[in-house]
Amino acid sequence: MRKTISFLAVHSVLSLYTLLALVPIVLVIMNSFKARKAIFGSPLQPPSFSTFSLVGYKSVFSDGRILNYYSNSIIVTVGTIFFTLLFGGMAAWALSEYKFRWNTLLALYLSIGIMVPIRLGSVAIIQLISSLNLINTLTALTLVYVAQNLPLGIFILSEFINQIPKDLREAGRCDGLSEYNIFFFIILPLLRPAMATVAVFVMIPVWNDLWFPLLLAPTGDKQTITLGVQQFLGQYITDWNAVLAALSTAIVPVLIFYIIFSRQLIRGLTSGAVK
Amino acid sequence: MAQQKEVRIVGVNRNAYLIMLAFFLAPAVTIYTVFSIYPLVATILNSLYLKQPDGSLVFNGLGNFKTLLTDTTWSVPFWNAFRNNCWFFLIHMCVQNPIGLALAALLSLPRLRLAATYRTLIFMPTMLSVVIIGFTWQLILSPLWGIAKMLLASVGLGSFFMPWLGVESTALLTTSLISVWQFVGIPMILIYTALLAIPDELIDAATVDGLNQFQAFFWIKLPLILPALGLVSVLTFVNNFNAFDLIYAMKGALAGPNYSSDIMGTLFYRTFFGNQLQLGDRSMGSTIATMMFLIILIGISIYLFLIQRRMQRYSF
Repeated sequence: MRKTISFLAVHSVLSLYTLLALVPIVLVIMNSFKARKAIFGSPLQPPSFSTFSLVGYKSVFSDGRILNYYSNSIIVTVGTIFFTLLFGGMAAWALSEYKFRWNTLLALYLSIGIMVPIRLGSVAIIQLISSLNLINTLTALTLVYVAQNLPLGIFILSEFINQIPKDLREAGRCDGLSEYNIFFFIILPLLRPAMATVAVFVMIPVWNDLWFPLLLAPTGDKQTITLGVQQFLGQYITDWNAVLAALSTAIVPVLIFYIIFSRQLIRGLTSGAVK
Repeated sequence: MAQQKEVRIVGVNRNAYLIMLAFFLAPAVTIYTVFSIYPLVATILNSLYLKQPDGSLVFNGLGNFKTLLTDTTWSVPFWNAFRNNCWFFLIHMCVQNPIGLALAALLSLPRLRLAATYRTLIFMPTMLSVVIIGFTWQLILSPLWGIAKMLLASVGLGSFFMPWLGVESTALLTTSLISVWQFVGIPMILIYTALLAIPDELIDAATVDGLNQFQAFFWIKLPLILPALGLVSVLTFVNNFNAFDLIYAMKGALAGPNYSSDIMGTLFYRTFFGNQLQLGDRSMGSTIATMMFLIILIGISIYLFLIQRRMQRYSF
């Protein structure tokens, strides 16, 4: 009996907190499908036949830029993940496999970026990017994000490479494979689970970042979705339908992605995090 | 034997070996050095120079730091932002991390149903962009829409409602709590993982010895997850003293009202990028960035030298 009551208490605390976490998001999505009058008149009710309206979405998509922002964000995120995994994997392999001079020192040098935020170098990053003529390009964002994510990527991938049995690479060497082939055809395919973990760590902050898009690609058609929505919201601040629709347009794809992959995402977050 | 021979061949042909090392290491080291380490070093060097009206740079030693800390046009906003940032951090430490710990403790209870569902849903806001979260809460707290007032009224607290974000005395607290609401998932997940790593036998033994769940948590689990708590604290510290997005999204670069929600990140942005009231100042911007760097460095050092070293004695 006491056990039932305490479990009831645990469940009520957890479900109350879950409610607190979800209500703001649900309110925004729900109201984005309602006519202006209903947004203000009955904000807590879900849309009904009489209050249903897509007028907000019409103004968001008639703007036309949102889809462009999405593709920019996808390009930058996918590019960052790809190059972080490729270059990070290569460096992690060399650092954990070959015992050359400066090995430890180089590993230490590469790990500075795990703790020190690259953002603090922004003044020089802007100077550098503009002297390379890369302002307002997706290349600039990708380069900075790759630099930002390499340290953690190398750290996690090294841990995994060390867990791969030594026999596998030795067998490859016996069969006459070159070191390059051993890495690309034996090690890299085995790293897939670790790559998923790194991809999670890279993806969320890059997709959601506001700082570097604001600094490096603030105008024109190279804005990411996070910056684009921020500026769109600034312009349409009085058009509540458009604001709610824009917020929902930004939320829903991430939520769908999250719900599909939540198990892998959380597993990825937890496997590499506490060491 | 054959294995050793192959490895030795790699070592023997020294040129091929060096080319191979360069092939594997050069891309990562180059990108990292050019776009991460060089900017950091250049920013710190920048902070030692003073920009003249004609655009040239003159070495100024620690003069910029002296200006920042003592000249009232700079020191007043700086100390204001620093103080606000300390509050921002304290609120996270005192609200976000205990809530995260409590949620993790509940989720890790043995034989709890729906734990994965709760975990997934509570973590959801953490996934979303700070910009989205900032605007969502701005709408919800807006007196125009009145949702917050309506919700408070439904539990009889309607008279408590204020436009919290627009009032000087509550703007910082409100934005901090919104940030707490969003990021509580991170301490929750980190602590949850640490709790799951504790062997069941330890808890079983404690239960046999007559401890209840609460006692087992406080006397056995809590000491064992101290390393995770240390990690959570240092992550909170670094993220908070580097924060910018939420304040910028909700309150703009001016961090109003009257700079009451100004933190280091927004001060840094305003200083080197400029805004309607002042021109961008690269040297002073770099000086503020260097101060942020030092603050974060101090935090990390305290963690590495004091907390982590002491904790390792307690861990397995």
